[in-house]
Amino acid sequence: MDFTAVLAQIKPKLGCVADNLAIIEEQIIKAREAGADLIIFPELALSGYFLKDLVPEVALRTDSPEIRHLIELSHGISIAIGFVEETDDYHFFNSALYLEDGAIRHLHRKVYLPTYGLFDEQRYLARGESFRAYDTKFGRFGMLICEDMWHLSASYILAMDGATTLICLSSSPARGIEGDSLGSASAWQKLVSTTALFLNCRVLYSNRVGFEDGVNFWGGSEYIAPSGESIVRGSLLEEDFITARVDEGALRRERIFSPMMRDENLFVTLQELGRIAHKRGQ
Amino acid sequence: MMAGLHANTDLLRKLLVGFVRDEVRKVGVSTVVLGLSGGIDSALVAFIAAEALGPENVHAICMPYKSSNPESEAHARLVATACGVHFSVVPITAMVDAYFDMFPDADTMRRGNKMARERMTILFDNSALLRALVLGTSNKTELLLGYGTLYGDMASALNPIGDIYKSQVWQLSAAMGIPKEVIEKQPSADLWAGQTDEEELGFSYRQVDELLYRMVDQRLTKPELVADGFEREFVESIYSKIQNSHFKRRLPVIAKVSNRTIDRDFRYARDWGK
Repeated sequence: MDFTAVLAQIKPKLGCVADNLAIIEEQIIKAREAGADLIIFPELALSGYFLKDLVPEVALRTDSPEIRHLIELSHGISIAIGFVEETDDYHFFNSALYLEDGAIRHLHRKVYLPTYGLFDEQRYLARGESFRAYDTKFGRFGMLICEDMWHLSASYILAMDGATTLICLSSSPARGIEGDSLGSASAWQKLVSTTALFLNCRVLYSNRVGFEDGVNFWGGSEYIAPSGESIVRGSLLEEDFITARVDEGALRRERIFSPMMRDENLFVTLQELGRIAHKRGQ
Repeated sequence: MMAGLHANTDLLRKLLVGFVRDEVRKVGVSTVVLGLSGGIDSALVAFIAAEALGPENVHAICMPYKSSNPESEAHARLVATACGVHFSVVPITAMVDAYFDMFPDADTMRRGNKMARERMTILFDNSALLRALVLGTSNKTELLLGYGTLYGDMASALNPIGDIYKSQVWQLSAAMGIPKEVIEKQPSADLWAGQTDEEELGFSYRQVDELLYRMVDQRLTKPELVADGFEREFVESIYSKIQNSHFKRRLPVIAKVSNRTIDRDFRYARDWGK
């Protein structure tokens, strides 16, 4: 089914959940009024990124008033959004919700929490333990949070689970000033394009902007067709509101033209991974 | 020059201008103040700030000592005129001399540090006067080498150029249209007549930037650096300079006695709530 997705390239305020919720609600209303079917926010849109010891202060339970409010807003438009999730056993996850028709359709907890370079996520956050595709009004989706996508297995699992649309919520810092374009932007553009191409999936990538302690988030949110072609890309470094018209026919045609996912042999993969796991366990 | 030291100046300019605009305004301030020496680093910061906030919101202060080269003040004035920022001159001779009249035997290092810290107090006084943030003007080369005065020229609220090497300062300055005289002259701390950084350091900025880029950014090992053609003694001496000046790049060390010690296990971004 054709649908229109908005990539909300916003600039969250660090540690200010109420302020961010107001920005988010404004974007949701704007997207709904523009006739969009789905709006995708960046990773940790409700809280900001370099939280450190703020994690427990900004964390929300999925039954908190803030999340309940967002669930209500999903009656007119589906919403994907990142936040810090607090669980009953007081673990804190870097999570993303997919909200549709007044219900939580899916919750993904970031599996790959980077701790290298400028990252320090696993010091403050608990690690998610699954990648699951889920059904939406617009087909079967898979949700990833930023670093998850740098692990081939994550997108692969979602695609093998039947996802034909991958959405990635991101807070990617800008670095690398030597090339024709920003180093981290070029790397991501290759990654999303290659992922779409290998898995015959469309990718909707939503990245934030703004600065936190001198670190810039570069934006450049984009919609990649299953052919790997970038259909629409948001501006670099600036806030943006990107409208992507997602064409079902393009997905069907691509899957006829390049049926790699049809031919993918899950059982060979499993057999070999099983062998490797067994060997490592010895 | 190797690829890594070559900067995409359009992109770099956007990032640094965006940095100043965003980090200044998010704390509810619209104005900045900086020391303008007549050298290239502070000239570049003035240009970046003028573009980010509008020149009417940038206050550049030139703070000469009696032994400063008169050309420095002239260059500072030239830069301020070129980018349209407010310009004033506050000489530091009276206060520095009043102090050293009591300690006439003080060597040039003590005198140089005192001058740098005197200038810092003037900038922070203007910060209160103008409700302005102080912009730092130390580049990555001098920060890594420790070629600066702690709590003097190294003190600031925000530093737009602290992650770019001197070689990149030159490139961006040319791209942003900084007056040629300022770009082309020999870098100098201007503590006495004829002083130049490169003579005092014993190597050129271009030489050391090539080494620093490989050592710090690319994390090449010492044997790899030597294999790349750098002299072993040069590699060792730069490594020691970085190591021995590391204290200048850190907050004062706090004796830990509680469960949550500031900056060790009490960790918040400075932009907390911004």
